[in-house]
Amino acid sequence: MIYSYFPGCTYHSTGKEYDMSFKAVCSILDIELKDVNNWICCGSSSAHTTSKLLSVSLPIQNLSEVEKENLNEVVVPCVSCYSRFKKSIYEIENDSQLMKDVSEVIDYQFQNKVKVLNPLEIFKNGMLEEIRDKVKKDLSEIKMVCYYGCILTRPPKFMKFDGCEYPVSMDEILKDIGVNVLDWSYKTDCCGMSLSLTNSDIVLRLTNNIFENATDVGADAIAVSCSLCHANLDTRQEEVNKLYNKKYNLPIFYFTQVMGLAFGCGVKELGLDKHFVSTDKLLKRI
Amino acid sequence: MEKNVSQNTVNNDFMKAVQLDIGENVNLCYQCKKCTAGCPVVHDMDYTPTQIIHAVRLGMKDLVLKSKTIWLCASCETCTTRCPQDIDIAGIMDAARIIAKREKVTPAIKDIPALHKSFLQIIKMFGRSYELGVMGLLKLRTKEFSKDMSLGIKMLKLGKLKILPQISNVSKVKKIFSKVNKIEKDKR
Repeated sequence: MIYSYFPGCTYHSTGKEYDMSFKAVCSILDIELKDVNNWICCGSSSAHTTSKLLSVSLPIQNLSEVEKENLNEVVVPCVSCYSRFKKSIYEIENDSQLMKDVSEVIDYQFQNKVKVLNPLEIFKNGMLEEIRDKVKKDLSEIKMVCYYGCILTRPPKFMKFDGCEYPVSMDEILKDIGVNVLDWSYKTDCCGMSLSLTNSDIVLRLTNNIFENATDVGADAIAVSCSLCHANLDTRQEEVNKLYNKKYNLPIFYFTQVMGLAFGCGVKELGLDKHFVSTDKLLKRI
Repeated sequence: MEKNVSQNTVNNDFMKAVQLDIGENVNLCYQCKKCTAGCPVVHDMDYTPTQIIHAVRLGMKDLVLKSKTIWLCASCETCTTRCPQDIDIAGIMDAARIIAKREKVTPAIKDIPALHKSFLQIIKMFGRSYELGVMGLLKLRTKEFSKDMSLGIKMLKLGKLKILPQISNVSKVKKIFSKVNKIEKDKR
């Protein structure tokens, strides 16, 4: 199977482990990923708070590159990019003037033939049996909660992926590979997103709530599928402990790192040595 | 803390401009406060999302554009998802931010638009985001040089921040920015 791949700007920096572990898992599952030609930033929050036309043109420019290569499906691991891509398609489908303006901006008549997918989607749809077959390691000792963050499933009118208040796709994949997945209340509560850079106090308050509920239900770790969620939960956990006088020690895994562990991949191959909250103690249990 | 919304100036053109941008009718709102109940950052806002919608309907342009709320909204889309009247509340926040920027209204929280400005400047320069560059430009604007310094150093050590930017398709990106500017100017 071959997919067009849009890594997103964080793939070589803050979200490096997501890219590493996703690629490691795909290679084991015989999924080929082909980088989008000349891909550029999707504009993220900064574009949609500045100009609607800009915020739609940047993602559509990238999807046009996929179209020009005659590929039908693009995988977008970064949730912010994924959400912007889907929103942009929705906008041009419902606004013919915007569609005209975007064509003029990118100098290309976009055909809207490309399906935008996230990694959970490609694994969940028809791959669960193959995933189960590749499991080499017993992960049943690890108690994990799955954190989806806010915009992976929201708003449902254009994201059209999983349940918008109570998604289950990550839970099902991790249960399938033998992880002891726990239920909890904070699956889709916002972590504060990019407020981390300007108003980190808000992020500390929101992530404290998330850690508290994860701890209350007895989780050893949190699984995520978004690089911004990962950064907010992992890099600021120590600050949360100091500010709220807590002793959280919750390693934050990309769900692809957990899949890689089950498949027998090494710690370095999955970028598990790049976390702020060490995964060492937990990994000794498996 | 939320303040009271009382009508002092009415600007119906403002309501129309916001509606045009989100393509929905804000008058559908019946003030159920579901958006406010689910908002993760409401504690730090000066007006609740429900009040902002009400103020838009009353044409209270100054109140909306000068509020902290429009900048603090994290665009988590919880309000838009849950609105029983299907109003795109997060979209209204975007529309208000765009109008505020266009009309050069001094933002109630300067750092957040400064971050967006820095981010877009970097994309225009390199085609892709470059975290160190964004942070550098942001610090020049906010003058908060020591904020998150130790976090940044630890990230550099772990290889989670790159010293050099990634450069891609810069000429195309520059063209996109300038064409967007031109089309938007022509429409005004």
